[in-house]
Amino acid sequence: METPMIYYIIISTIMFFAGVYGFITRKNMLMMLISIELMLNAVDINFAVFNRYLYPDAMEGMIFTLFAIGIAAAETAIAIAIIINIFRHIRNIDAENLDDMKY
Amino acid sequence: MEYTVIILLLPMAMFLLLGLLDSKLSPRMAGILGTLGMIVCTAVAYTTAYQYFTQPRIDGEFPPVTAINIEWLRFTDFLHIDLGIYLDPISVMMLVVITTVSLMVHIYSLGYMHGEIGFQRYYAFLSLFSMSMLGLVVATNIFQMYIFWELVGVSSYLLIGFYYTKPEAVSASKKAFIVTRFADLGFLIGILILSFYTKTFDFATLTAAPGTIITETAGASFLGCSVAAWALALIFMGGAGKSAMFPLHIWLPDAMEGPTPVSALIHAATMVVAGVYLVARLFPLFCVTPEVLDFITVVGAVTALYAAIVACVQSDIKRVLAFSTISQIAFMMVALGVARDTDLHAGLGYMASMFHLFTHAMFKALLFLGAGAIIHAVHSNEMTAMGGLRKYMPITHITFLIACLAIAGIPPFSGFFSKDEILTAVMNKSLFWGIWMTVVAGLTAFYMFRLYYRIFWWNKPDYSHHTPHEAPLTMTIPLIILAAITCVAGFIPFGEFVSVNGQPYHIHLDPTVATTSIIIALIGISLATWLFLKENKKPGAMADSMRTLYTAAYHRFYIDEIYQFVTHKIIFALICRPIAWFDRHIIDGTMNMLANVTQGVSARIKGLQSGYIQSYAWIFLAGALVIAIITMCCF
Repeated sequence: METPMIYYIIISTIMFFAGVYGFITRKNMLMMLISIELMLNAVDINFAVFNRYLYPDAMEGMIFTLFAIGIAAAETAIAIAIIINIFRHIRNIDAENLDDMKY
Repeated sequence: MEYTVIILLLPMAMFLLLGLLDSKLSPRMAGILGTLGMIVCTAVAYTTAYQYFTQPRIDGEFPPVTAINIEWLRFTDFLHIDLGIYLDPISVMMLVVITTVSLMVHIYSLGYMHGEIGFQRYYAFLSLFSMSMLGLVVATNIFQMYIFWELVGVSSYLLIGFYYTKPEAVSASKKAFIVTRFADLGFLIGILILSFYTKTFDFATLTAAPGTIITETAGASFLGCSVAAWALALIFMGGAGKSAMFPLHIWLPDAMEGPTPVSALIHAATMVVAGVYLVARLFPLFCVTPEVLDFITVVGAVTALYAAIVACVQSDIKRVLAFSTISQIAFMMVALGVARDTDLHAGLGYMASMFHLFTHAMFKALLFLGAGAIIHAVHSNEMTAMGGLRKYMPITHITFLIACLAIAGIPPFSGFFSKDEILTAVMNKSLFWGIWMTVVAGLTAFYMFRLYYRIFWWNKPDYSHHTPHEAPLTMTIPLIILAAITCVAGFIPFGEFVSVNGQPYHIHLDPTVATTSIIIALIGISLATWLFLKENKKPGAMADSMRTLYTAAYHRFYIDEIYQFVTHKIIFALICRPIAWFDRHIIDGTMNMLANVTQGVSARIKGLQSGYIQSYAWIFLAGALVIAIITMCCF
């Protein structure tokens, strides 16, 4: 007896909204980055689960998962580089200090 | 005669050169350059006149020559504005007058304006004026004339306001500009009506078939007068504004705030006769609407008498001359008004008017330049600061006396001949106006000699702090030249060159009119001699006996005050102020309200653009949720 699909979806939903919550509430940009990773991983789980349960013959979901992991890695590398640069400038990586783009 | 274009281009080049280099040139250099330019211009103008008047007559008249004609703007198939040079007897005559007087003023200013700040600018403006005035007289079409008409207005404005640190000069220049501009509005409307019906701007075409306007406007009328009459009356309004005809004369006395040579050139000899020239230029058209000519006669006669009376009591010598100019120009207008183009006899007024324009330009320029020399010597415009100057300034005295005799109409000076022709022409037309104008001629003699005696005789005021001295050579030479011209100009057979239909007219003096005018002039002079030769109480007593008239005339019959009342109390208070209120509160209010609402709303919502990535995320999330909820509820 396989684990029902709904459990995976519940897990991924919890992960996703944990990520959303973290992204909105954390001040530290590293924490925000981690939250983004959480959201991405939740989506990856969904891809894999839907592929495995609903279309067992196709492989697109799996491929998308791998693709998203690759993109996420690249994105994280860039984001870290930006954060390090910001830190060098203002000795701080709190998102609330970065309001140069306001009105 | 293509070379005549030099007459226009050279002063233009001088204006640009002197105006652009300005203080990079030394004042001396600028003055000499401007004068040299004018000398060449004068020489070319004289050559033109010589060549024009020595060419063979065709059918007894000198044929008009269009030396140059360039199409400048084309509106429709038949309406286009050209720029060109049109030579006919009156424009050639004007070329001679303008260049002569302008050259005299250029030379004179070398002495008079010596050491003034802005000497180079002054010469640049003089060149601009000369160019515009010459362009005005040689215009091939009425629109070109209008362009140069406005240009002379501008240069007059610039030169009246030359001493721009003096508030009176600034307000005088504004007054001159606004009043003449207002009159020019009539001129423009007149041009548009005229060209709408005749389908041309061209003088040659317009005057060749003057009846066309009547056939074209057939039956069209407005307020009981034909459209043709309205068009010409409006064009005359422009001329009346420039020529300071009553009631548009108010700017000219104030224009005396400008430097005196400028008054001589612009406000006595050349620009102010532009109105007369305009009427003369369109004379065949005016002849098809005799009612307009009658109107011109009345306006001219009223102006002549009014200005002569006012001139009798003014105390500022330049103002006396200003009113005398108004009066003399009115003489020319009256002469045009009584002329008709049916035959040489009926058209005598036309010839007389042009003749008087010619002689008046010379002796009035002489009077103004003489007045300039006097002001230069005593440093005041007021008669009270003068008296007994004949010993100190012999050359100015003699030349001024010649000019006074000329304007008073004493033979053999030039004014006698031209004024006599005018009086003859007016007498032929109507005895009433004839007597009227003869009386004005007598008044002219009186006020001119009042001026003369008051300056050169009377009693010496206290000159101890500063003894008056004769003007330098640069100033006396023009005086002498102009005086010489004034002595001989009357013997020029003017009618041979200029007459209403181009046929030679032999000037002959009407003995009755000539005797009458000489006698009345002598009466005027004797009266002035009796009153003003030596300091005495008679003028004061006489003024007291006619106190009301004297005060009214001294205040120029309150015309300025009436204008002030009409403009301030009626136009400004009753029309402009409500319009200004409407503009400020309704028009601006609407716009301000829109702006304020936008600003208020943006001030409220600008907080959304906080720059905090997390608040954006919140809003995004909330929005996504709302859309999700809506979608779920609907489906």
